Amino acid sequence: MATGVELFDLVVIGAGPAGLSAAIEARRFGLSVAVLDEQRRVGGQIYRAIEESSPRRREVLGPDYAAGTKLAQDFASCGAVHVGGAAVWNVARDKTVSYLLDGGSKKIQGRCLVLASGAMERPFPVPGWTLPGVMGAGAAQILYKSSGAVPTEPVVLAGCGPLLFLLAQQYLDAGVKIKALIHTTGTGDYLRAASHVLGALRGWKDLSKGSQMLKKIRSHGVQTFAGASAFAIEGAEKAESIAFTHNGQRKRVQASLVLLHQGVVPNTQLSWSLRAEHRWDEQQLCWIPVTDACGQIEETGIYIAGDSRGIVGAKASASQGRLAGLAIARQLQAISPEKFKALEPAILEEIRAHTQIRPFLDTLYRPQDAHRIPTDDEVTVCRCEEVKAGQIKKYVEVGCLGPNQTKAFGRCGMGPCQGRLCGLTVTEIIASERKVSPQEVGYYRIRPPIKPITLGELASFG
Amino acid sequence: MHTETQETKISLFMSEAGSQGKKVRIYFDGQPLDVPDDVSVASALLMSGVRTFRSTPVSGSARAPYCMMGVCFECLVEIDGRPSRQSCLTQVRDGMLIQRQEGASGLNMQSAEN
Repeated sequence: MATGVELFDLVVIGAGPAGLSAAIEARRFGLSVAVLDEQRRVGGQIYRAIEESSPRRREVLGPDYAAGTKLAQDFASCGAVHVGGAAVWNVARDKTVSYLLDGGSKKIQGRCLVLASGAMERPFPVPGWTLPGVMGAGAAQILYKSSGAVPTEPVVLAGCGPLLFLLAQQYLDAGVKIKALIHTTGTGDYLRAASHVLGALRGWKDLSKGSQMLKKIRSHGVQTFAGASAFAIEGAEKAESIAFTHNGQRKRVQASLVLLHQGVVPNTQLSWSLRAEHRWDEQQLCWIPVTDACGQIEETGIYIAGDSRGIVGAKASASQGRLAGLAIARQLQAISPEKFKALEPAILEEIRAHTQIRPFLDTLYRPQDAHRIPTDDEVTVCRCEEVKAGQIKKYVEVGCLGPNQTKAFGRCGMGPCQGRLCGLTVTEIIASERKVSPQEVGYYRIRPPIKPITLGELASFG
Repeated sequence: MHTETQETKISLFMSEAGSQGKKVRIYFDGQPLDVPDDVSVASALLMSGVRTFRSTPVSGSARAPYCMMGVCFECLVEIDGRPSRQSCLTQVRDGMLIQRQEGASGLNMQSAEN
């Protein structure tokens, strides 16, 4: 080992609900804990800027956001070390974590690790999605949480999922004008979701909350299009309008800002870089790392918690974080196996209660096939290296079997985002062309550094 | 060349009504911008009328922030002489010099395992 490597019982990557909860739990049993996050302040994306947001902003963002205040306070007083502004670029199986901080590279080692890197918005590969003026709805929500920034001109929200409706409501509360809400959820989705009878019953509250939200959005005079499909953003150098099909007709709404959203997916860059096994989840249409019940990868002492282990939402993420913290306390013999067995069931029950609505939500807000697997060959799939859907289909035609091999044909997935924005699309295009499951097609081999690092930064290695 | 003077007429984003706080002065392609002191470079530029942050190395097409959380790398700009900084992860600082990034990122994404 290099000298100057700080050693902790537990090193947590990610300061959202899962990471913070894991840290608090481990501290309860006396373990030494360090939490690293790319953001300077704790909260993750869901509770972004929770410690500094104004009362007005909290009111607009609602009680689900404000719930983060207590978590942040509990963390601040738990005695864990918080390293903000740390960009983790490598996690090794010996549980050494390399990260960039203030232009230098540092190392920290844990006897155990918790990876809690959360979720990211699902890529939305449609014509024109690379144009300036097109962003994620989640991205726009981050702009509001972190900077109080709101759209200047009437904005268009398009896609599906709870976050899209939530942002619409928050914008209306903040006095922002919404030009149109174009959502893809239609009658068929409601019928399919209703087949999850139990989930539908339990989800009734959320469903009626959703329809009340929609009602409110309409009552503000917002043009709403349900069951829309075949999105295309138009414009030469920037977004000027969005075209879509609604009730069998092609329609168009002018807008300088189009906010797209079709759910969130696990941010699996860390678990892939560790060569962990992943399985394709047909319900959530994404990769999920294979772990034991407490989130541990194999017998590594490396645990995953929260949305990076499969989308579960903020509450279940916090519970998973606590579960990982508890399991680590047992593994490091800070608590007895008996004590673990006494405390585990209550947390598992919490997770079950917070996630039972998932199958229903995943079905109701399932993103449309054509919004994940472009039918138009001209759609840019790899935004960094500008590889189009048609090119990937051609690669398959000449024998390309999986995402790694696309790199032999072109530069797909080789830009700075390292496949974060194209990986799922590439897997699904190849699977669709080969008529096999995404599981068989696989994913990119993710290699460190998982964040760009300059030679200068590397030279400062302690 | 981009027609920045036209672009700056309307920002995509603005500070919500009633917000007040300290400002700092940053420079984008030499143009001074007074922005809130506690926001990211990406937020500051989006609130100051900047529509295009960079052009792509392959086709030269215009790009701007997409994810605002550090995963998409669309918001890359040059900051104080250092290329390819993720502006959504960088806090503004008084006197900061920011340049639109044209073409190649200069990022070395080669494997560290070699």
